[in-house]
Amino acid sequence: MGLRDATMDPVSAVLETVSLTKFFGMVRAAEDLSLRFQEGELVGIVGPNGSGKTTLLNVITGYVKPDRGRIRYQGRDITGLPPRAVADLGIARSFQMPQLYLSLTVLENLVLALAIRAGRAREFWAPLARVDRLDDARRILEQFGLEEHASHDAGQLPEGARKLLDVALSFARRPRILLMDEPTSGVSARDKSTVMDTLVPVLKGTGVTTIFVEHDMEVVQRYAERVLAFDEGKVVAAGSPDAVLADPAVRRALLGRA
Amino acid sequence: MVIVRALMGLALFLVVPPFLPEWITFLLTLAWAKALAVLGVVLLLRGGLLTFGHALYYAVGAYTAGFAVKFLGVHEGLVVLVLAVVTGATTSALLGLLLARYRGVHFGLLNLAFSMVLYAILLKFYAVTGGTDGLRLPTPLLAGIKPPPQSLRLTIYYVTVVLTALLLYVAHRFTASPLGYTLRAVRDNEVRVEYMGASVRQAIYCSYIVAGVLASVGGVLAGFSVGHIVPEVSFWTQSGEFVFVALLGGTGSVVAPIAGSIVFEFVRNYAFKYSPYTWQMTLGIVLLIIIFFLPGGLWSLTGLARRWGFATRRWTR
Repeated sequence: MGLRDATMDPVSAVLETVSLTKFFGMVRAAEDLSLRFQEGELVGIVGPNGSGKTTLLNVITGYVKPDRGRIRYQGRDITGLPPRAVADLGIARSFQMPQLYLSLTVLENLVLALAIRAGRAREFWAPLARVDRLDDARRILEQFGLEEHASHDAGQLPEGARKLLDVALSFARRPRILLMDEPTSGVSARDKSTVMDTLVPVLKGTGVTTIFVEHDMEVVQRYAERVLAFDEGKVVAAGSPDAVLADPAVRRALLGRA
Repeated sequence: MVIVRALMGLALFLVVPPFLPEWITFLLTLAWAKALAVLGVVLLLRGGLLTFGHALYYAVGAYTAGFAVKFLGVHEGLVVLVLAVVTGATTSALLGLLLARYRGVHFGLLNLAFSMVLYAILLKFYAVTGGTDGLRLPTPLLAGIKPPPQSLRLTIYYVTVVLTALLLYVAHRFTASPLGYTLRAVRDNEVRVEYMGASVRQAIYCSYIVAGVLASVGGVLAGFSVGHIVPEVSFWTQSGEFVFVALLGGTGSVVAPIAGSIVFEFVRNYAFKYSPYTWQMTLGIVLLIIIFFLPGGLWSLTGLARRWGFATRRWTR
């Protein structure tokens, strides 16, 4: 990095898509998308339903194969790698519908995540509940404000806590890049800011590059450092939250009015 | 705690039998041996996988013993057990390559199909397998010593109980390990498991081999206890019995199959004794009662005990 202008230097982008294209029948989920994300930034992606926000996350994490285009991560081409390989490289994601192990406790969910991250998923003799692992897990639960739920089954959590645990599981992998799919959807208006006020300081504290898809304009405006506005698989506006959300094209696409 | 309680339970099974009539010792031996196959079913159930063909591995174990005696002239029980571990692991490792791709009904029925293929082979290749006559399993040597006839029953009982207890401990370690938890996670959410960087197929494959080996050892122990093996050990009703007992005992603990298996053997024995023509109905009614009143199996009785303040959950506080 040093003195070079990060936005101009192709090497400094930690994640980059090149002409990414994905159609689902007639639906254009991604059309010639070329995006660049810098180390440590917090990017919000907005757009109406079906504009390709989640598809972008699915393609980056290898869950969906693109029709065309490449994905580069730290200068390496990761196009077509399966989710497991992408996760191993340091890209984690959370889900719009929290994907948890519902019959395990919150602590067990997290301890398992830590064990898998350490490459111990195949161990069948040593116990999962090692002291250091439990300590690490409790520390993460504290960061996410979930310590009071530690011994509850994940299936019994209230929605806000579910969302936080979903992100915490991905965060436990200590990724370089964290993709969050609507971290506040399904959460009551009051709890949205609680969720974000919990998440953002933790994420900024570790310097993880965070890209989050979000429906709620207010959330994006308050928390994103940079915003991309999607419509029909294309970026219609990009820049600071205030500028993007004031853009007439964005307002038309998102709110149906200028 | 858990281990101490388990050892106390085990001590009971070691101390009491010399004072019991021989037929009870025999039933207990059979129950402990079969519990290993049931344990295999239970482990897979923890991963959300229901197999209707686990008798396959039970039969692999039993016939490994039969062939070892008939063709290799091996009479040493311990050698036979090692052979059964090898054949059980090999068979499950081979079939697991295919089966680890399947879930739900497909997994259950493919297992059933393989077990019935083995049944047909055991039935038809008379020269090798003895067909419907089966194979005789003479009294094995134990570390080179032939158990005296008057204490034969008890010796086999002790070998079975000690070996099964050891394997229960292995299964206990397995369920508390990262792989054991990954298997439970697979049942809950495969997508998340892959996204966390673990391989769903690998977790299922490894667990399938463990389950196969357990059943295979169970087959040897049951075979030596009965002294005779027939192709029915691979028949689908035998697989069904393992699933039945798994549900009867519950999947909450590795000890549950023992409880389920012992209760099953005695209920069947008495049902057969008192109503020889309707004993299956008696078993059916018992299962219905369990499903209605104890959906978690007999093991959930311990949960009731816990609620009454007898014990606490271990490490999740």
